[in-house]
Amino acid sequence: MSESVSRRQFLSQGISGLSAAWVSAHLPAMVAAAGYARQAARSATPPKFQFFTSEQAAEIDAITARIIPTDDMPGAREAGVVYFIDRSLATFAADDQKTYREGLPELQARVSEMFPGAKFSGLTAEQQDEVLHSFDEGSKSPRRPFRARPGAQNFFETLRQHTISGFLIDPDYGGNDSGAGWKVIGREREHMFQAPFGYYDKDYPGWDAAANEAEKK
Amino acid sequence: MTVDQPKYKTSEEVDFIIVGSGAAGGILAKQLSTNGFRVVVLEQGPYLTEADFTHNEIEILAEDKLTNHPKLQPNTFRKTPQEKAKPQRALVYGRCVGGTSVHFTANFWRFHEIDFIERSKVGPIPGTTFADWPITYADLEPYYTKVEWEIGVSGLGGASPFDPPRSKPYPMPPLPVKASGVLFERAARKMGWHPFPAPMAILSQPRPGRSACINCGFCLGFGCEVGAKSSSLATAIRMAEKTGRCEIRPNSYVHRIEADANGRAVGATYFDEKRNTHLQKAKAVVVCANGAETPRLLLLSANKQFPDGLANSSGYVGKNLMLNSGGNVYAQFEHPLNDYKGFAVSRIMHDFYELDHEKVGFYGGGGLDARFDFTPISFAFGGLPPDTPRWGKEFKSALAQNFNRTLEIFCHGTSLPIEDNSFSLDPELKDAWGLPALRMTYKDHPDDLKLANWMFARAHELLEAAGARKHWGFPAQEAQFAVHLLGTCRMGNDPKTSVINADHRTHDVKNLFLCDGSSLVTSGRGQPTMTIEALAFRAADRITALAKRGEISA
Repeated sequence: MSESVSRRQFLSQGISGLSAAWVSAHLPAMVAAAGYARQAARSATPPKFQFFTSEQAAEIDAITARIIPTDDMPGAREAGVVYFIDRSLATFAADDQKTYREGLPELQARVSEMFPGAKFSGLTAEQQDEVLHSFDEGSKSPRRPFRARPGAQNFFETLRQHTISGFLIDPDYGGNDSGAGWKVIGREREHMFQAPFGYYDKDYPGWDAAANEAEKK
Repeated sequence: MTVDQPKYKTSEEVDFIIVGSGAAGGILAKQLSTNGFRVVVLEQGPYLTEADFTHNEIEILAEDKLTNHPKLQPNTFRKTPQEKAKPQRALVYGRCVGGTSVHFTANFWRFHEIDFIERSKVGPIPGTTFADWPITYADLEPYYTKVEWEIGVSGLGGASPFDPPRSKPYPMPPLPVKASGVLFERAARKMGWHPFPAPMAILSQPRPGRSACINCGFCLGFGCEVGAKSSSLATAIRMAEKTGRCEIRPNSYVHRIEADANGRAVGATYFDEKRNTHLQKAKAVVVCANGAETPRLLLLSANKQFPDGLANSSGYVGKNLMLNSGGNVYAQFEHPLNDYKGFAVSRIMHDFYELDHEKVGFYGGGGLDARFDFTPISFAFGGLPPDTPRWGKEFKSALAQNFNRTLEIFCHGTSLPIEDNSFSLDPELKDAWGLPALRMTYKDHPDDLKLANWMFARAHELLEAAGARKHWGFPAQEAQFAVHLLGTCRMGNDPKTSVINADHRTHDVKNLFLCDGSSLVTSGRGQPTMTIEALAFRAADRITALAKRGEISA
């Protein structure tokens, strides 16, 4: 965890149940996928996609870039997340292929309906967000939930979880290229620290034994 | 590390088989081999060492590298015995040499006097099997001290006015305070409560062959690659190996304890890594497989004499499961805590250990701790308030703002024992070896949920006093997931209402002993491992005395 991850929370509290289920369902190849993402993001020549066509990859890349956008800090695009997802779908996340296969045309249909003649990747950021909000079950008024096959997660939620995982995986083991995700959340790359750690403990005067003693009486 | 180990033949009758190498199994292996016995430890998981441990969140979370694997070992869940159980991951436990102690948080509270005698004090509680222990805190105190000194626990004796008596101080000072601990300590004092440094099975000072904690921040869920976490792997197993009488046999999945016509255990049948079957012979068997797998093994070992499961004349094998109630309350602060650095917990309090049930309107008690036990991916999925956008610019800035500014208050509490709450064999689902899968049946006693909500309210008060910018939580829900696996082969004097006696010997089978979370009669207030280890030290003394008196062998 739960315990951990907070393994306890991660697995037991249900808040992140879907994510946990996703992460738990997919195994050793996730690490391989992460390594591949790093390699892909670093190589000078664009790597070949294994699951997506390059057209599909451009659309997925555009969506990941709205899930974790680039601002003054790197986003999903800089972290090479599209490569992570492609490799995942070709290997351990093969069960999710159907979600993507059905989701991408549905996305295009929605784009055509909302912005005739356009592709998602060709829209402005505002227009892209408008399209994604129309899919997101978590939004206030989704136009309709995406194809709720029994037991299946919708396309957008799946892609959201894949994007976050590809962005925040420990860069030491691949993925999260150049530690982009950790830079954003402010987690230092070191794995050895000394107290004081933060703002509130830096002036701690030490344990005051008398404080509890006094109360005892 | 295995060079000094003997290699016993399966046909050779060793003195003891120990099933499981976790918190209890490790200590029994160390003590029994130190006392001169020939011991084989059969561990279902692999023998990983510090060199195998990483900070790879995916490997730990997704691959279950250190834990039971839901695909190989699926299980089912239902709330009541009237329902048909559905496949659903319902429990996690360590599956490697060292067991759950490899990946645990390492909170190491002693139980208090009240935990052993509470039934007498409170009286019966309808719908429960609430009972006193056959032993008291005083019986266990020397063994708590042994755990602290031999395994390595950091803490500050006497810091909590609610602490039970102790015969010796901790062997080393507490770990440094974290920002979450300072906020917790100041706010709790403001409330008139009594925070104190958390006792942790993590070294604040180096020991031979082991580093002090380097505050890497990958603690709960992960194995410690510097040996600072006092797991059985880093401590008792190593000491057992040094005796030259103890063989640790990993990848050995025991699925049957064999008994002869006289009702005596003669050995254990297990699958090796290649799924070949072996029978290891022994004069006695000690099962330390945890509160889920120990009862499962007894149920799998049913025979002519014990058709309902070995040593199950009481019908209590697998029953009275307790999980510890509780959960988290979360808060964000103005300035960085950087609480991702370091072990999880540095301050706790026990002001609510024993609540006046007439005043609060329910039975129970517990403790609060300040912690941060998220890692980056788990934080992104579960560490932000529920009203935070789940993607986009605002999501990203919430992550950026709050990964370093968040803490959790964990509320730990009692669970009441209920006979229907149990681990049993699923009638349909099988594991990857073709054996009946675990079925968990669990529905919290209403008092456990009332307690959790009461504790959450105190946590919110504390966070308000701490000046949190924002704090949030969720109402207690009926548990469907087990981390602490307690009470399922309980200890007692009456063979009708317990599985083992105060010596950890099963009432029914003279040379079969059980020691782990399943032995507990009550749940304590949320942190059971310290008590499981103290029981293991004590059990080793009892078993040794019985063996030396010739009361184990036929």
